Amino acid sequence: MIKLEGITKKFPGLKTPAVDNLDLEVKEGDVCVLVGPSGCGKTTTMKMINRIHEPTSGHIYVNGKNVLKMNPIKLRLDIGYVIQEIGLFPHQTIEENVATVPNEKKWPREKTKQQVDEMLTLVGLDPKIYCRRYPSALSGGQRQRVGVARAMVTNPPIMLMDEPFGAVDPITRARLQNEFLRIQERVSKTIVFVTHDIDEAIKMGDAIAVMREGKIVQYATPNELLSSPANEFVANLVGRNRSIKRLHLIRIREILNGIARPGPATLDMPLDDIRKQIEKSDIRAVMIVDHDNKFKGIIGMNELKKNTGETAADYIHELNQLITEDATLNDALSVMLECGEGYVAVVSENDQYRGIITLGDLLNVVKEEA
Amino acid sequence: MKRLIPINLVLPVILIALGILIVVYTANNPTDSLVARMLSYTNMFKALREHFMLMVVSMTGAIIVGVLSGIMLSRPKLYYLGRVVENIVNIGQTVPPLAVLALLFVIMGIGFRMAVFALFLYSILPILRNTFAGIINVQPSIIESAKGMGMSPFRILTRIELPLAFPIIVAGIRTAVVINVGTAAMATFIGGGGLGDLIVAGISLGREMVIFTGAALAALTAILLDHVIGQVEKGLVRWS
Ligand SMILES: Nc1ncnc2c1ncn2[C@@H]1O[C@H](COP(=O)(O)OP(=O)(O)O)[C@@H](O)[C@H]1O
Ligand SMILES: [Mg+2]
Repeated sequence: MIKLEGITKKFPGLKTPAVDNLDLEVKEGDVCVLVGPSGCGKTTTMKMINRIHEPTSGHIYVNGKNVLKMNPIKLRLDIGYVIQEIGLFPHQTIEENVATVPNEKKWPREKTKQQVDEMLTLVGLDPKIYCRRYPSALSGGQRQRVGVARAMVTNPPIMLMDEPFGAVDPITRARLQNEFLRIQERVSKTIVFVTHDIDEAIKMGDAIAVMREGKIVQYATPNELLSSPANEFVANLVGRNRSIKRLHLIRIREILNGIARPGPATLDMPLDDIRKQIEKSDIRAVMIVDHDNKFKGIIGMNELKKNTGETAADYIHELNQLITEDATLNDALSVMLECGEGYVAVVSENDQYRGIITLGDLLNVVKEEA
Repeated sequence: MKRLIPINLVLPVILIALGILIVVYTANNPTDSLVARMLSYTNMFKALREHFMLMVVSMTGAIIVGVLSGIMLSRPKLYYLGRVVENIVNIGQTVPPLAVLALLFVIMGIGFRMAVFALFLYSILPILRNTFAGIINVQPSIIESAKGMGMSPFRILTRIELPLAFPIIVAGIRTAVVINVGTAAMATFIGGGGLGDLIVAGISLGREMVIFTGAALAALTAILLDHVIGQVEKGLVRWS
């Protein structure tokens, strides 16, 4: 989708190139994050894609087309562009601001109006309230939203975003990030996203390019980056608590199949069989399902020892620590800590039993590649 | 509910009424026959008309040339030349108007055209400087986002830079008008006519009424023009 080949950018008066023989490929529908310390060439790299900067040498392809041979104005009209300073036009209303690209493309007025309203709604701004306001009447977070809406209004397949959430407070930033991910899930754009914040990179990126002094040091998925940093520099960048960060990234579904454990029991099984299963289990309890594999509850060793019942149904009780497959390992850990138990049962959306995850499993995952 | 007289018309109406009052009063109550001759309707209208012509012609020229050259100098390719010109202009403005007139008189002779040209030269300076500064000082991030979204340099100029620089350009025009009006009264020294004729004649003949009439009409004209431009500015700038 986007491909940079041997891109070098030298600015006049600078001894070292800002970007140095860089190769990068961004897959369609991916968020590619450029991350690295200030001055490492992230912004310069991004701005060569829409030819705000012209590369000194190298080739850039967007959708297989050689960007450097295209008319820069036409090229930019089809690439969404958001910068940290946002750059809203203070003399235009929010509506006029968001309509910038449609107006440049000479869209009919009704189509523009409709699309502007839709876009403002998508980023969480009520068009009825905000269309006629000027940027000076908006909060920082609202301006960022307008900036994103303005860049996306013509539904360009590609977006370039330079620290788009850099200028707002941490709480607003987290909210904007989440909203952005929610929107991206729907629209699946190909995005080059620049940030100096590694946590933001891990959260937002499908692929992360760690940059240093104009070069890419490592290009990997967030998980790979955390589990096996290419060198000292990357390891320092991702920080000491990268194990915890990884737990945020891995979904339970991804590790569940790799864990071998005896299956659940049903209520009509003989008590002795259930007892045997509990004894084999590392959590000294067994999960109970019905014949449709629907999760019913748990029987633990302690209950069974009390010897007060005849059938399994007399010993079953409810389980609080339940979690869905789509949750992250970090969510699983949180549930365990909250309930003070070393395990959590995994169920699907409609209560189908999927398995259990233990503290030990989490440790194994973290240990695996550390 | 609509006002019968829009509030921004009140001052112009008062100013014009005052002017008419002065003209009519002095024409009908001359202190002697000399004054009567100087403050005849024909004479006063001639002076007023010349005065207006001096200002309007020179201002129109100055606005066109000043804004256009300000825009040109603000283009990236001419930016450094622009900085140099800006400094020259700043120095140029410290030269008193009378000196400019005298200088031109020495070089180019006298007459109405000469006076218009002198006023024009003098009025260009603040307009050019403010146009240049107004465009140069638009936040780079605004220009960059416009460029990044695919606006052409011409579109950026007309849709972004000029509207944003507009208040500053108008402020420059206002400054030019104030200078222009003050200097127009001196056009008489190089045979340019205008209300200055009345003032100078009044001084040389020792007739205070004539001096007062010329000076008052010049002052009213100045306030009126300044007000009109201020209104234009307010009307066109809704943001911020
Ligand atoms: N327009 C420019 N002119 C000259 N040097 C520049 C320009 N833009 C960036 N640089 C230099 O290029 C290097 C990389 O800058 P940049 O890409 O902005 O870094 P980052 O976005 O990673 O912080 C820096 O050393 C910076 O000073
Ligand atoms: Mg940067």
